[in-house]
Amino acid sequence: MKFSCLSKGGGYHFPPCHILNICGFSILLDCPLDLSALTIFSPIPTSSKASSFDEENPSCPNRSESSDLEEPMVRKRQKVEKPLDADDLIYAEPWYKTVKNLHLWNVSFIDVVLISSPTGMLGLPFLTRMKGFSAKIYVTEAAARLGQLMMEDLVSMHLEIRQFFGPEESSFPQWMKWEDLTLLPSSLKNVALGKDGGELGGWLSLYSAADVKDCMQKVLRLKYAEEICYNSTLIIKAFSSGLEIGSCNWTINGPKGGVGFISSSIFDSAHAMNFDYNALRGNDIIIYSDFSFSDGTEDVESGYDNSIPTTCNRSSLRNYENDCQELAKSLLNVDEGLEERDKLAFICSCVIDSVKAGGSVLIPISRLGIVLLLLEQISTSLDVSTLKVPMYIISSLAEEFLAFSNIIPEWLCKQRQEKLFSGEPLFAHAKLVNEKKLHVFPAVHSPKLLMNWQEPCIVFSPHWSLRLGPAVHLLQRWSGDQNSLLILESGPDVDLALLPFKPMEMKVLECSFLSGIRLQNVEPLLKILQPKVVLLPKDLKQISSLKSNSCSTFHYCVNETLRIPSLKDNSELEIATDLASQFNWRNLKQENINMTRLKGELCVDHGRQRLSTGNQESSESRPLVHWGSTDLEKLLVVLSNRGIKATLGDAFGSESESASLVHVHDPNQALIEVRTTSTVISTADESLASIIFEAIEATVKAARRISTLLPLFASAAGQRISFHKSFPFFQKCF
Amino acid sequence: MAIDSLVLGAGQEVGKSCVVVTINGKRIMFDCGMHMGHLDHQRYPDFSLIPKPEPDPNFDHALTCIIITHFHLDHVGALPYFTEVCGYRGPIYMTYPTKALAPIMLEDYRKVMVERRGEEEQFSSDHIAECMKKVIPVDLKQTVQVDKDLQIRAYYAGHVLGAAMFYAKVGDAAMVYTGDYNMTPDRHLGAAQIERLNLDLLISESTYGTTIRDSKYAREREFLRAVHKCVAGGGKVLIPTFALGRAQELCILLEDYWERMNLKVPIYFSAGLTLQANMYYKMLISWTSQKVKETYSTRNAFDFKNAHKFDRSMINAPGPCVLFATPGMISGGFSLEVFKHWAPSEMNLVTLPGYCVAGTIGHKLMSGKPTKIDLDKDTQIDVRCQIHHLSFSPHTDAKGIMDLIKFLSPKNVILVHGEKPKMATLKGKIQSELGIQCHDPANNETVSISSTHYVKALASDAFIRSCSNPNFKFSKSSQEDEHGSNSRNNNFTPRLRVSDERVAEGVLVMERNKKAKVVHQDELLLMLGEKKHQVQFAYCCPADIGHLGETKSSTTNDGQLCKSETCSRLLRQLSAKLSNEFSQGNIQDFEDHLQVESFHVSICLKNNCPYRLMDVQNKSQEAAFFCCSWGTADEKLAWKIISICQNFNVHQHKQGCL
Repeated sequence: MKFSCLSKGGGYHFPPCHILNICGFSILLDCPLDLSALTIFSPIPTSSKASSFDEENPSCPNRSESSDLEEPMVRKRQKVEKPLDADDLIYAEPWYKTVKNLHLWNVSFIDVVLISSPTGMLGLPFLTRMKGFSAKIYVTEAAARLGQLMMEDLVSMHLEIRQFFGPEESSFPQWMKWEDLTLLPSSLKNVALGKDGGELGGWLSLYSAADVKDCMQKVLRLKYAEEICYNSTLIIKAFSSGLEIGSCNWTINGPKGGVGFISSSIFDSAHAMNFDYNALRGNDIIIYSDFSFSDGTEDVESGYDNSIPTTCNRSSLRNYENDCQELAKSLLNVDEGLEERDKLAFICSCVIDSVKAGGSVLIPISRLGIVLLLLEQISTSLDVSTLKVPMYIISSLAEEFLAFSNIIPEWLCKQRQEKLFSGEPLFAHAKLVNEKKLHVFPAVHSPKLLMNWQEPCIVFSPHWSLRLGPAVHLLQRWSGDQNSLLILESGPDVDLALLPFKPMEMKVLECSFLSGIRLQNVEPLLKILQPKVVLLPKDLKQISSLKSNSCSTFHYCVNETLRIPSLKDNSELEIATDLASQFNWRNLKQENINMTRLKGELCVDHGRQRLSTGNQESSESRPLVHWGSTDLEKLLVVLSNRGIKATLGDAFGSESESASLVHVHDPNQALIEVRTTSTVISTADESLASIIFEAIEATVKAARRISTLLPLFASAAGQRISFHKSFPFFQKCF
Repeated sequence: MAIDSLVLGAGQEVGKSCVVVTINGKRIMFDCGMHMGHLDHQRYPDFSLIPKPEPDPNFDHALTCIIITHFHLDHVGALPYFTEVCGYRGPIYMTYPTKALAPIMLEDYRKVMVERRGEEEQFSSDHIAECMKKVIPVDLKQTVQVDKDLQIRAYYAGHVLGAAMFYAKVGDAAMVYTGDYNMTPDRHLGAAQIERLNLDLLISESTYGTTIRDSKYAREREFLRAVHKCVAGGGKVLIPTFALGRAQELCILLEDYWERMNLKVPIYFSAGLTLQANMYYKMLISWTSQKVKETYSTRNAFDFKNAHKFDRSMINAPGPCVLFATPGMISGGFSLEVFKHWAPSEMNLVTLPGYCVAGTIGHKLMSGKPTKIDLDKDTQIDVRCQIHHLSFSPHTDAKGIMDLIKFLSPKNVILVHGEKPKMATLKGKIQSELGIQCHDPANNETVSISSTHYVKALASDAFIRSCSNPNFKFSKSSQEDEHGSNSRNNNFTPRLRVSDERVAEGVLVMERNKKAKVVHQDELLLMLGEKKHQVQFAYCCPADIGHLGETKSSTTNDGQLCKSETCSRLLRQLSAKLSNEFSQGNIQDFEDHLQVESFHVSICLKNNCPYRLMDVQNKSQEAAFFCCSWGTADEKLAWKIISICQNFNVHQHKQGCL
């Protein structure tokens, strides 16, 4: 087994990406997009105007100080460079950053693609449109639907922004030219190029709606725990991971045992079906790919204060009025679900405060589950405080997403399923729409929206990067209003995200939601799963106490291939009883061993190797094996018993390879040449030859004839024999 | 190993489906239904027949799990009784829709029994609620590991919303219990879907064991025409159905028709058939047919616009209407009440969708056209209304059953849920046409069949690898064929045959106290710590080369060069002769020797080859020797070649060659 981590991703929106080689098949795990990289683009054509305004009001000193505190790296850079302003952003049609290491693989050698979450498939159309791509793509039904909606939404938002820039002049944008890139401020350059410039190869212009459609046609949809058999050899199953509706972990079982793949998982989800960790038990190898808390360790390295991995909330260091410091309280033994509920309650209280003050609230959060929960909670809070403030969802995917969320009880957590059994809608939003408390519009320019629009209001709209979608327009509208509130998911660089909208009077609430397994839960989890081998990200090296377990731990990091030695050199073989009853056992008394030759058909079916009686009897003579050495005296006795007269001749040859000769005179002439490890029978008489052969068989010590004729028939599913080699190829050359 | 199937219900009848299957030590109860036609103890399966383990004789230990295929009462009706009254506390599996809808059916039934008929209740509302708490919902195709050994999986059955066939596997033995299924898609549900499985046993329903049905669309048209005619004439249409399933299907049909024809006649749902049921259908729309499913984002197909709630006071209200009333088959309750009022008028219509169990009024209406129906000793109803029977049964027909059995090709079939004579006919057909052993047990009979079992062994990598090594063999069409076809056909060109029969040398070794292991023969010796002993044959075969020898001596004096030249020429000639006369095997030419399989031949240059045996002096000077050796595997082949070598004649051959 080989495992290569292509990217460790970055949180919920950008899951990790790996390639696993098992049983001769290459499996790609997830194919995400790094949408946070969109922040290097400017979404607003009027950026120069905004920046001139910015110069008059230099950014708040407190703020830059706080960002210094956060990142010493930034501080160093800022000594030489002027602080970033909106003019520094790339003003061009945005491109999209894929996992650059994936481009080093020949897509035609990928056999299977497993998608663990809706966000894990956003890069898939890039892959499926490539020549030679023929892998089977497995996605859970719900993730496939949500992923498709997200991709279609992305395409439509991109089309909208494209109208600002007009048709592209060439396929190679100006900003990607080396001269332009070198002029970028270092923080942007870092996003565009990576540390060594290698990241530049990952940028692509967005796929089209047709690409998405084509991609979705290639996707095979699964239920949770549905068994699929790839190539008769691998049994692949998806189990709920709790992160999002339809998101999953995988088990991959071959003839030599199983591998469990753990993506970001949540034990106690308020909407999606919980992390089904019990289903991952019994696998020899566990690949742990939840990086959600490895960021916390980075904070430790950069001198950030605590050693407790937290849902890091840096907003406490900002000067914005509304901080959600409370949310940062991450105590080791706090019930996860409760804590998440507290966070939502806090957000609701902030929303209510804002609305009460006459401000509007913009929530560009794209986490589907969070949106569903916030809709419910905010509406209850509004009811409680008897405020009549409309809620809007402005998104091309909203209507379908809301309808979809109410017809998928099988993918939801227990509490939501109970609603099905008691005949209530799974989520409350349908009721809100009926009561006209919630309005759903596909776009900001929808005529219905213009007719209904009312401020203050609460708006959910994409995109979280603040570079695409209705959120951009609304943020421009409200950024100067100090009563309005922007609720953001904390990302790698919120400052950069907000740059085009500065100066911001608007309050910003930056919050992070649980998006994976807490570090302190990793060890208990692995104790439950009891694997023999664990593959952990190097970032999680601090989980060292694993060594006490009986399992061996491997640490992987990006761009390195880890080879896991096979745990067994045996695989299981099933022999049909009717065949087994035909066995002709031979007993080697002195060694307490019974053995028999095998004959039959070997089929590989559903990951099992099975030997059954073949349909045709082959009469061909078979290869025979003998061992031991010939006892000459005994040979002569046996020969004379069979009516053959023979005399012992002279021995010849060197000492190591000495040979004895036995001459046979009657019934015909023959010569038997006996050495320690070989015997040669020489005669012109066919029947005499076979008599002598039998005699030798009888005398060669412990001689047994064992042989097989074993034609291999591939099962109906078609055992493919494939040759795997990776030829790195470069999609782009610079 | 055997699979024992104890048929507790639906054996040679329709009603109270219940089969208890014992499979490799696990005991599963498939369905736990009640019989609508009986009011005494016969309405429930005889649970006392389930074998209970001695030390602790309760049902928890007797059964591993219960599986319910769908929410119809003849499949789930006895479940609250069994769990709450008989005291079974183990796991129960149902699909999500079944878990959501079964309690509605049960509650509906309980009300009819207790409130209308005034019977003593068999189970209470609390019993139903308690019972449903024990149910574990499953999704289609979700592989559920019930315990370490038992695996179950649901497949779409199409019969009603959430109906499923269940696959169960313990060890190597596997079976499918179909429940009720439909092999053709209908208005709101898809057709049954299952994958190819290796099955020892298939337990199939056989409601329509001998019927082949025509297209549904014709019947749908007929139904709509009948309803339209009735309401146009100011009549009332009574459609007695169960709360769920048929009602929603027909309502989709009517909604659609109402819209097209712009009808305003109200469609009512009776109290038992609350619109609440439609709420479930809306949430469970992904369990319907593809076409209906796709409506979820725009307008959910179960959002009925024309449907309203019906009140008892409206029974005698004037004007046309369509009413869906529970229970189906007019077995009592509200549908009977309405029937009493509406039956005497010719203007009205009673549409009976689907099957009616013997003993119900629906059954009486369907068999012949009675003018009077005796309700009980004192009451008689005049039946003047029109009766329309809609054979809309979501059961598969005979063709569907045969198709499914053929597709799954199980080793054994047990038929349940059908009428005795029809089942016997179908059984005969399965045995004669498909050659599959088939049983149709009566209630409380046990059928025992043998099951697959595999012996497990470990296989070494080398063995498995050697199995998949390609082993190409090239051979020309055999000589006999060549001659035969030559005489008949002059255009014959020898054909090359390529075969890839993969051969591996495998040995199964059983060492005391160790798991049986299959190894490659090369590994065996290593395992035993022995050295291989090669047994070979050799023979230095003389051949007459007369003329060639003369040529040699006259043309040149350079003996050394000449000798090797002669040898190679001889070998080429032998090679040509062999390929001419010898069809088996692939003759390989390695300059200094020829090889066919393990057979190896070269020109012997030694003066006293030990394998020559013959007295050299006795032979003519012109003799050449072919030194042959071969392994034990190719004995027959070797002697054939040797006989060719012995008859080797240069002169003839040369001429033949030229």
